[in-house]
Amino acid sequence: MSYLEYNTKYVPTGFRKVLHLNWPIILLLIAVASAGFLMLYSVAGGSMTPWVEPQMERFALGMILMIIVAMVPIWFWRNMAFVAYGGAMLLLLGVEFFGEVRMGAQRWIDIGFMRLQPSELMKITLVMFLAAYYDWLPNKKTSHPLWVILPVIFILAPTMLVLNQPDLGTALLLLIGGASVMFLAGVHWAYFATVVSGGVGAIVAVFQSRGTPWQLLQDYQYRRIDTFLDPANDPLGAGYHITQAKIALGSGGWTGRGFMQGTQSRLNFLPEKHTDFIFTTLAEEFGFIGASTLLVLYLLIVLFCIISAIGNRDRFASLLTLGIAMTFFLFFAVNMAMVTGLAPVVGVPLPLVSYGGSAMLVLLVAFGLVQSAHIHRPRQC
Amino acid sequence: MKRPPKDVLASARMISRRALVMGGVQLGVIGALGWRLQSMQVEQADQFRLLAEENRINIRLLPPSRGLIFDRNGFAVAANEQNYRVVMVREDAGDVGEVLAKLTEIVDIDPSDLSRAMEEMQRRSPFVPVTIADRLSWEDVAQINLNTPALPGIQAEVGLSRVYPWGADLAHVVGYVGPVSDFDLSRIDDPDPLLQIPKFQIGKTGAENKLEQDLRGSAGTRRIEVNAAGRIMRELDRQEGEPGKDIQLTLDSRLQSYVQARLDGESAGAVVIDLENGDLRAIASAPAFDPNLFVRGISVADWTALNEDKYRPLAAKAVQGTYPPGSTFKMVTVMAAMEAGVVTPDETVYCPGFTDVFNIRFHCWKRGGHGNINLHESLKQSCDCYYYEIAQRVGIDKMAEMARKLGLGVRHDLPLSAVAQGLAPDKEWKARVRGEEWRVGDTVNASIGQGYVLASPLQLAVMTARIATGREVTPRLIRLIDGVEQPSGLGDSLGINENTLRRIRASMDDVCNHRRGTAYGSRITDDAHKMAGKTGTSQVRRITPEERAAGVTKNEDLPWERRDHALFVGYAPYDNPRYAVSVVVEHGGGGSRAAAPIARDIILQAQYGGPPPLEAYPTSVRDKIAEQQARIEARVPPGAKGRSRV
Repeated sequence: MSYLEYNTKYVPTGFRKVLHLNWPIILLLIAVASAGFLMLYSVAGGSMTPWVEPQMERFALGMILMIIVAMVPIWFWRNMAFVAYGGAMLLLLGVEFFGEVRMGAQRWIDIGFMRLQPSELMKITLVMFLAAYYDWLPNKKTSHPLWVILPVIFILAPTMLVLNQPDLGTALLLLIGGASVMFLAGVHWAYFATVVSGGVGAIVAVFQSRGTPWQLLQDYQYRRIDTFLDPANDPLGAGYHITQAKIALGSGGWTGRGFMQGTQSRLNFLPEKHTDFIFTTLAEEFGFIGASTLLVLYLLIVLFCIISAIGNRDRFASLLTLGIAMTFFLFFAVNMAMVTGLAPVVGVPLPLVSYGGSAMLVLLVAFGLVQSAHIHRPRQC
Repeated sequence: MKRPPKDVLASARMISRRALVMGGVQLGVIGALGWRLQSMQVEQADQFRLLAEENRINIRLLPPSRGLIFDRNGFAVAANEQNYRVVMVREDAGDVGEVLAKLTEIVDIDPSDLSRAMEEMQRRSPFVPVTIADRLSWEDVAQINLNTPALPGIQAEVGLSRVYPWGADLAHVVGYVGPVSDFDLSRIDDPDPLLQIPKFQIGKTGAENKLEQDLRGSAGTRRIEVNAAGRIMRELDRQEGEPGKDIQLTLDSRLQSYVQARLDGESAGAVVIDLENGDLRAIASAPAFDPNLFVRGISVADWTALNEDKYRPLAAKAVQGTYPPGSTFKMVTVMAAMEAGVVTPDETVYCPGFTDVFNIRFHCWKRGGHGNINLHESLKQSCDCYYYEIAQRVGIDKMAEMARKLGLGVRHDLPLSAVAQGLAPDKEWKARVRGEEWRVGDTVNASIGQGYVLASPLQLAVMTARIATGREVTPRLIRLIDGVEQPSGLGDSLGINENTLRRIRASMDDVCNHRRGTAYGSRITDDAHKMAGKTGTSQVRRITPEERAAGVTKNEDLPWERRDHALFVGYAPYDNPRYAVSVVVEHGGGGSRAAAPIARDIILQAQYGGPPPLEAYPTSVRDKIAEQQARIEARVPPGAKGRSRV
């Protein structure tokens, strides 16, 4: 369906759109972000600075952006998909050449008022672009090899650029996020089976290549894998972060040690406690009850997105909604798996909770798209 | 592009189906995360809580202050001195180099200390205080405190360090402390966590070492919360330790100091025992060393000098050194013979100047011989042949038994390093240790305290004390531990015939107070303080017949290490004994000439509790004594300055 075929008569217009926002998702976003403010307040030692205030400002800005994006009809965004993807690719190439190197990785580009992480932007634009692609592609051709190769290239191009920065976490998110959209669009199972077995082969290759001149990953990434496999091996060196994170998490118990009473975070045993490892502080101070509550909030956001997508007959809208839900899911699942010691430390923030500008803005804009899809869904008369 | 409605429906159905698959997978992953959280936070919570507490809580030890050691008059002989040091906290200092430059303008600091401190500061976290200089004077500290605003990050701290106010005078008895070493830790089986503190001071020698358990006290603990960098956040609780127990010795530091001064220049040992209770009033070994050198960490030069000195300053000769007792052993021989009934006091033995035993000729010190001589005269004039004869009659086993009864050949239990056992040989001993049969010649040698017999000055003093009292006097060095009186050393009767003792004492009286006695030159003329005793001269070499034929070489002509040892044992007052004394001068020559005058001066000093009047000395020696007293008094013992009562 092109936008000309939308039954625009039943789509709300003007300020009435506000009434048709997916309010449960908005409330859940606010709840999760508030948990983030609380934790940032705690890790700052009971202070609004240096993290809570900027985070709140960005969240407010993000919410406004979300509403604005939501108000714009979804067919506009579909038509913008190619432009957005192209722009994000240009920015990615930009950081490759003009990026600012920080903490050993080239991820940032300075655009005057803020530092932008183009890889964050790419997470959403890739999903958007693929959704638009499958919206355009006739059903019959979905599993045709030629029409499968094309999106694979669209996915791999930014993934390789991000991997080169190097940012393993985001690369994985792009890869899995893109593949998810392909899967949702109905690409044949056989492709995925092939890729998964190929992936296993690749992992073997990665390990086999270690120590040879053509090794595929950076040394630090290998070390992180080692640390993941057995953090106890090196409790004061590479494994220190994950060991301390697990201690913090585990020591929370059922009810936690109390707000601002977490010794692991208060005494600085926790690494990166305001960004990637913020979940451990929450788990330490609010215990299993607090941690699982946050998990349930995340789950509900994903669920409401899936419900919205299933109820949406527009192919672009539902693929976009599901793709964004998947990306969001990957964010928190990888982060939590990482801090609980189930996955290697790859540097993925906890969405909406970790301190960080571009990730939060991009996510909220993405939820703006979800809202737009929800508001402008085709309605049957 | 226009999609047929059938396509739209099929597509929507496909997406819904795949969305449910995806949702299922996501639910599974979330379930796994939830299970992981549950297992860590609920099942293993206690374990992780413990780890978190271990992270957070450090236990620091609070070292107790070491017990003090006093002498019998309340003078401190081992004390704790406040020790000022200056430390620097890098993070408070700003520009470290500039602050240190200012500090060196105010106080003198060794450049090597300074560079060591700089290096340590770079190595450690910025909040760790690093010692810049130690053992500063109070004036320096006052200067630093005055300039605090100009010296950010600099603090003056007070610690305690051990100090020995009497210096070398009590070095061998009190010993010294030093930082605990790996060697110490390997040698002692002591779980006390204090020993794990780097540079913790423990007793290394002497009473400091032997009374370590009493003096050390027990550690207090401080539980502190630290952050990841090790910075102390707050103190959680504190448990004070128990300070070490104070100990009072039986020694009289002033007497000890006098004895050390009197022995100065010799390699010698001397012991004074109080006969009322066995209290050791002085245990002196010369030369001595300054124990304070060891507390601070002795320099290589000082250490080499102490080790290479042929007079062996580090050895506590009074208790560790063993010597052939020479003629001072004759009392043992004669008492054994009298108690065995093999000789009567009036019986005479003919002394031609030598005795032949199985073709071996044993000489008397007097070449011409003493003629017919009885017990009294033999002891007074120290005739050797008399003892050769009676020793053969009584036999070595009875002599050894008497020697042990009098405290020779037994280790006296004193809290001092390496207290010597000496040797009172008997047949069993020779068979066991040497694997040889005992010969009569061995008995003859032993009868005059030569051959295998060995005794320390302490043992000789105990022997004299037991002869003077007839009781089993046991030497006592510790008077009070933590205010608790230790058992008296005045023992029970030895069970020796009173008549025997009286005869021996009368002879010892004449040794000093009869014109023909060997120690007449060292008599005391003051009736109330007269001394009785016995001289001894023990050979350290065999005199060959050729030498003897050429005329015995005089001691003065021999190299020092081949000269005879000079010994004297005595007690005073002769009619109502209060003190026993023994003196051994290594390679000092004759006992009457080298040892007896020292013993006389010491026992007079002990009886008067200070310098005796010149009237106590025979007129002929008064000038010399006056000069000697002036010399010794000019040497003010350092410990007498600051007096502190228990």
